[in-house]
Amino acid sequence: MIDTKNKTKWGRTAGPIAGILILLAEVLLATSLCSGATGPAIPSIFKPESTPADKIYGLSLMVLAITGLIFVIVFGLIAYAATKFRRRSEDGPEPPQVYGSNQIELAWTVIPVLIVLVLFMATTRVIHAIQDARMPKGAVEVTAIGHQFWWEFRYPALGVVTANELHVPVSDPSHPTPTFLKLISADTDHSFWVPRLAGKTDLIPNRVNRMWIDPHEVGVYVGQCAQYCGMQHAKMLLRVYVDSPEQFDQWVQSETKPAQVSDAVNEGRRIFETTACINCHSISGSVADGRFGPDLTHLMSRDTIASGAAPNNSENLKMWIQDPDSIKPGSLMPAMKLNDHDLDALTAYLETLR
Amino acid sequence: MASETLALDAIDHRARPIGDRLHDWVVTVDHKKLGILYIIYGIVFLIIGGIEAAIIRIQLIVPHNHFVSPEVFNRMFTMHGTTMIFFVVMPILFGFGTYLIPLMIGARDMAFPRLNAFSFWLTAFGGLLLYYSFIGGNGLYGAGNAPDVGWFAYAPLTARAFSPGHSTDFWTLGLLVSGFGSIGTGVNFITTILCMRCPGMTLGKMPLLAWLNLIVGGMVIFAISPLTAAQIMLSIDRYLGGHFFDTQAGGSAVLWMHFFWIFGHPEVYILVVPAFAFVSEIVPVFSRKPIFGYPVMVAATVCIGFISFSVWAHHMFTVGMSSSGNTFFTVTTMIIAVPTGIKIFNWIGTMWGGKIQFSTPMLFCTAFLFQFLIAGLTGIMLGASPFNWQLGNSYFVIAHFHYVIVGGIVFAIFGAFYYWFPKMTGRMYSETLAKWHFWLFLIGFHLTFDFMHIPGILGMPRRIYTYEPGRGWEIWNLIVTIGVFFQALGILVFVFNLLRSLAKGEPAGSDPWDAWTLEWSTTSPPPEYNFAKIPVVRSRRPLWDIKHPEDPDWKYE
Repeated sequence: MIDTKNKTKWGRTAGPIAGILILLAEVLLATSLCSGATGPAIPSIFKPESTPADKIYGLSLMVLAITGLIFVIVFGLIAYAATKFRRRSEDGPEPPQVYGSNQIELAWTVIPVLIVLVLFMATTRVIHAIQDARMPKGAVEVTAIGHQFWWEFRYPALGVVTANELHVPVSDPSHPTPTFLKLISADTDHSFWVPRLAGKTDLIPNRVNRMWIDPHEVGVYVGQCAQYCGMQHAKMLLRVYVDSPEQFDQWVQSETKPAQVSDAVNEGRRIFETTACINCHSISGSVADGRFGPDLTHLMSRDTIASGAAPNNSENLKMWIQDPDSIKPGSLMPAMKLNDHDLDALTAYLETLR
Repeated sequence: MASETLALDAIDHRARPIGDRLHDWVVTVDHKKLGILYIIYGIVFLIIGGIEAAIIRIQLIVPHNHFVSPEVFNRMFTMHGTTMIFFVVMPILFGFGTYLIPLMIGARDMAFPRLNAFSFWLTAFGGLLLYYSFIGGNGLYGAGNAPDVGWFAYAPLTARAFSPGHSTDFWTLGLLVSGFGSIGTGVNFITTILCMRCPGMTLGKMPLLAWLNLIVGGMVIFAISPLTAAQIMLSIDRYLGGHFFDTQAGGSAVLWMHFFWIFGHPEVYILVVPAFAFVSEIVPVFSRKPIFGYPVMVAATVCIGFISFSVWAHHMFTVGMSSSGNTFFTVTTMIIAVPTGIKIFNWIGTMWGGKIQFSTPMLFCTAFLFQFLIAGLTGIMLGASPFNWQLGNSYFVIAHFHYVIVGGIVFAIFGAFYYWFPKMTGRMYSETLAKWHFWLFLIGFHLTFDFMHIPGILGMPRRIYTYEPGRGWEIWNLIVTIGVFFQALGILVFVFNLLRSLAKGEPAGSDPWDAWTLEWSTTSPPPEYNFAKIPVVRSRRPLWDIKHPEDPDWKYE
C-alpha cells in the first residue's frame, strides 16, 4: 500500500507544483492557440497593422514584461512560503513571533514606487504620441456617427456618405495619409473599436471625440461597437477597408456619383418612393432624403447589410425588408410586410444601386 | 477571561414556538443576529446572481446561440452585476463587519443598534425592490421588465426615450434605498469603532479587521453619497423634466459617468478592504505568527482609502479625456498598486517562518493571495491608459474585475465564512466537504476567469448577447462556460455543508483555532450581551497574552 509518510511529504509539495504546472500549461495553450489565431477575421490586439495600435502593442509588451516579472517573483515567494513553512507536526512550540521590520517595509515600498515611475513615464510618452498628434496635410477626414445600431460615415471634403463599411487609404510612411475620425452620436453611447488599427474611442451624444488611424497594410479589418448601446449592441459590427491609393480614389469616384437610374426597375423605385422607406433612407438624385437609416445611394457597393450582421445578397435583402428581426432582433428598421410581387420589384431596384 | 456566561442563559430560547423565534429575528437589534441576517441574505442573492451568470454563459457557449433573446440577455447582465455588487458582496461584508466588530473590540453591541437594524432592512428592501421589477417593470408602457441598462447604467440609455416603462426606476430606487442603508452602516461602523472599544484597546491595539472596517466606513459615506445624488438626479430627469443627463436637451452623458465612477471605484475598495481584513485575521492565526508590519498595514490601507477617490476616471479612458487627464488618472491608478502591493508583501511576511496549517480558511486565503496578485497585475495593464484603449470594455476587463471580486473578495469571504462559522453557530463544519468546495470552486474559477482574458485580447467586447463565428473566440467561450458548472457545483457543496453542519456539526467550543482576538474569548455562539465582563486588553493579541503569560505581546508593542 501507499507509504503514508511519503504521501504526506508528497502532499506537501504537490499543491504548489500542480499549480505551477497547470499555470504553465495554460500559458502554453493560450499562446499556441493565440498564435494559431491568425487571418484577417481575428481582431487580435497583438496583430496591429496601423499606427496607434502598433504603438499600444509596443507599450503593452513592456507592461507585460514588467508585470510578468513581478508575477514570477511574488508568485514564487508565496509558493515558497506556503510550501516551506507548512506545519510539519501537530505539536511543538509556536514559531518565533516576528512583528515586522522597517528596513524590509521600506524596501518593498521603494522598489514598487520605482517600477511605477518607469511604467508611468513609458505610458505618458505613448499617450502624448497618440493623443497630441497633429493632423498632416494629406489626411482623410471622416465623421463617424453612431446610431442604434449602425455606423454612418461622412467624408465632408470628398462628399461621400456611406454606412457600416469605412473605406480608408493605406498610408505610405513617406507620404502619410492617415485618417482622422470625428466621432459623434445620434442617440446613445457607442464606441469605435477596430483592434488591429487603434484602441477604442467612445461616440457620446452631445460631445465630439476624435481619433486617428494610419494603416500600413491593405485589407479588411473587423471590429464592433464596444460600448453597450441598447438591445442590438452585439450586432453593431464594423468593417474597415484599407484600400490601395488607386482603389480608394476609384471608390471615392463611384461613391460621389448620383444613384443609377434604370427604367427596368421603375416599379421598385416607385414602391420605394411611395412607402415609409424614404422617411429614413436617402438615395441621392431621388426624393428619398431620410437621415434616420443608412444612405442607400450605393447600397450594392457594400459587402454586408444590417451593420455587418448579414452578407449583402438578394435573399438577405428580402428577409431584411420583410422582417428585420429575423436577422437582428431589436433593429429599429420596421418590418415592411410587402407582398411578394412588390418585394421582388423593390429588391430588384435596390440591387441596381451600385 | 470573559468565557464565563451569566445565569441568564439558563432560559432556553430554542424551546419557544417557531413564530416567536422568527419574530425575534425580524425585530432584533442584536448585531450578531443582524450580521447573520446580512450573510444569509447575501447567500440567497448569491445563488440568484449565480443563476443569472449561468444564463449569460450558456447563451455565449457557441456563436449565434438562441438560448435567450437579446432582451433577456441584457437584463441578465444588468441584474447579475447589480445583484452581485449591491446585494451579495456588500451585505455579506457588512454582515461580517456587523457581527465581528463589537466582538473584536470587546463591546456589547454596535453604537446604534436600531440604526443597525434599519440599515439591514433598507438593504433588504432595496434588493426586493430591484427584483420586483420582474413583475412591475412593465409599467403602463408594456416595455421591458427587469432593468437592461447595464450595472453602471450609462446615460442617455436610462433616459425615458431609450428606457420606457419602469424597469430603470426599479434599478434607481433599489440602489437609492439600499444606499441609505449602506450609509447608515458606515456611520455605525465608525462610531462603534471610535467610541465602543474596551478598556486598554487604543487605536493602535485594535485588531486589523476593526481598523480596516473603520476605513471602509469612511469610504462608504463619501462614495455612496455621489451615487445617491446621481440616482436622485436621474429620477428628476425621468419624472420632473430635469436635463442633467438628457443629452437631447443639452445634458451630459459624461457627467453621469463621473458621478457613477467617483462612487464606483472607491466601491471596489469598499469591497476589497474588508476582504483584506479577513485575510489579515486568518493568515496570522493559521501561520501561528502575529501580522507582519501592523502599523504599515494600517497606513497602507489609509493610503488606499484616500487614493481610491482619485482614480475613478480610469473607467473612462475611452471617453475622450484630454491627454493630461489620461496621464493624471494613469499615474494615480498605478500609485494605488503600491500600498496594495505592500499588503501582499506583509501577508507573505506573516507566513514566512510560520507553521502554516492549511485548514479550509487558510486554503481560501492562500488562493486569495495568488489570485489577488494576478488581479492587481492585470489592473496595472488596464491602468496604462493606451493599453486600456484596447482592453477597456472587452472581456479582458470582465476577467480582470472578476479576478478581483471572485478570485479576491469572494475567496476571502469563503475563508472568513469557514473561519467564523464555528463562532457564529457553535458548530464545526465538515472539513472534507469544505475542501471539496474549495477545490471545485478553485478549478471552476480558473477555468472561467483565466481563459476569459483571451477573447478580450482577441477583440471581444463585453455585453454582447452573441458573436460572429470565425473570430477565434469560440474555444475560449466554451472553456469559460464549462468552468461555470464547476463553480456551481462548489457552491452547492458549500450550501449543503452549511445546512448539514448547522444541524449536526460537532460542537466547536469557544476557541477552535487557538486564535488571539477577543471574539474567541466568549462562548460559541456568543451570548446576547457578548461578554459577561467587559474585557481589558494590553496588546493587539489579548488571548496570546493569556495563553503565553511568559512571553506576552505587550512587552514588544
